[in-house]
Amino acid sequence: MKFPVRAPVSTLVALGGGWLILLAYIFGLEGLRATILGWVVLVSAAGLLLGVLNLAAVHFGKLRGGARNALYSFLLIVSMFVTFVVTAWLGPEHAAPQWVFDYLLLPVEASLVAVMAVTLTFAAARLLSRRVDLFAILFVAFAILTLMGSGPLLGINLPIVSDLLRPWLAQVLAGAGARGILIGVSLGTITTGLRVLLAADQPYGG
Amino acid sequence: MNLAMLVVVLYFVGAMIAFSILSRRQKERNLRDIPAFYRLQGALELAVEDGTRLHVAIGRSDITSPQSAAALAGLSMLRRIATVASESDNPPVATAGDGVLAILAQDTLRAAYQQLGLFGAFENDLGRVTGLTPFSYAAGTIHLVRDEEVSANLLAGSFGIEAALIANAGERRQILTLAGSDTLTGQAVLFATAHEPLIGEELFAGAAYLGAGPLHDASLHAQDLARWLVAAGLVAGALFGLFLGFLT
Repeated sequence: MKFPVRAPVSTLVALGGGWLILLAYIFGLEGLRATILGWVVLVSAAGLLLGVLNLAAVHFGKLRGGARNALYSFLLIVSMFVTFVVTAWLGPEHAAPQWVFDYLLLPVEASLVAVMAVTLTFAAARLLSRRVDLFAILFVAFAILTLMGSGPLLGINLPIVSDLLRPWLAQVLAGAGARGILIGVSLGTITTGLRVLLAADQPYGG
Repeated sequence: MNLAMLVVVLYFVGAMIAFSILSRRQKERNLRDIPAFYRLQGALELAVEDGTRLHVAIGRSDITSPQSAAALAGLSMLRRIATVASESDNPPVATAGDGVLAILAQDTLRAAYQQLGLFGAFENDLGRVTGLTPFSYAAGTIHLVRDEEVSANLLAGSFGIEAALIANAGERRQILTLAGSDTLTGQAVLFATAHEPLIGEELFAGAAYLGAGPLHDASLHAQDLARWLVAAGLVAGALFGLFLGFLT
């Protein structure tokens, strides 16, 4: 087992905080747990602000270095600055920041969702040329069957596929697979957390 | 008192320590084959030789949520990758969709540089935020993949459907993309778009395969044993239910 030596203060805070929250959860000390989590939420909010500053600093650096596509960095910094000033000045409930959100941010993200649909269709078509194995074949076959059974095709619900096959695939096979995957993820989550608490992982500079 | 939680914690801590002690007596590591990590190891060596860059995306998750475990697994892999590749002409770069995760990525990289005695070469923008919403994160990361001589992509964190856009950017540049997520939607889209998808708990095993240490290996054995116990419990429960059904 590796013991922390390089960053004793951050290690102590991380391990102490982590173990306190875990023990408070086990022994039902809700007040203590809520207090510590409240502190963490405050620090996270400061982290969010630092994240925004980091984003601006990276793009400012690109702009200064004359990187390729520096125009995008310029647009990002200007729009970030304008949005920040407008929101800080007028408040987030005012019509102007709401307009930025409704008519700029949402449409841009919606257009990326539209790109997603094309990307996924293309990826599914390409999957079998890139990786020909049993799981890839099953993945594509089940995806096609589920799509065929999901809605009326030219106004007609496909018999057997729509009313029997698709519900069976979605609820029995996919449901069982999803549960298996989620059990694996849960076990992985527990061991990852405990590795941090045992200082085998030190993502805080230790 | 949450007795079930206490039992789970005691089991995992006990099993991890026990397997860690047992593994000291064995000469060979006993881990099952996950081809994705062999390809990652190859990509890592190639990046150091070529002077190209590895990109590690640790996703976007709140540090107070259970999803942060996926990001912590990603950070663990980042540490191993940085320890090997930081001397390269283009050192590894990490992206995050959350401020706190970006700070943790910077700290992880800084610690690796310090360990290698290269602290002067460390720059803060090696760990960066590329966007704070799912799709802005993907859009910002696509630029990095396209513009910064990236030779391999590792997506290890909590991702939703937006991960497909990042994986697709790698595909368009014909670079290797290994990817895992803790969400079902993320895993589904990554199965179709990544060269090497990591399914289920494979994401959390990455650091062990990159040689993070005996406790990592031990945690995988503890996890495997727990999975068999859960599977046995499910089968026993189903059989018991069937048996009760016959009786009534």
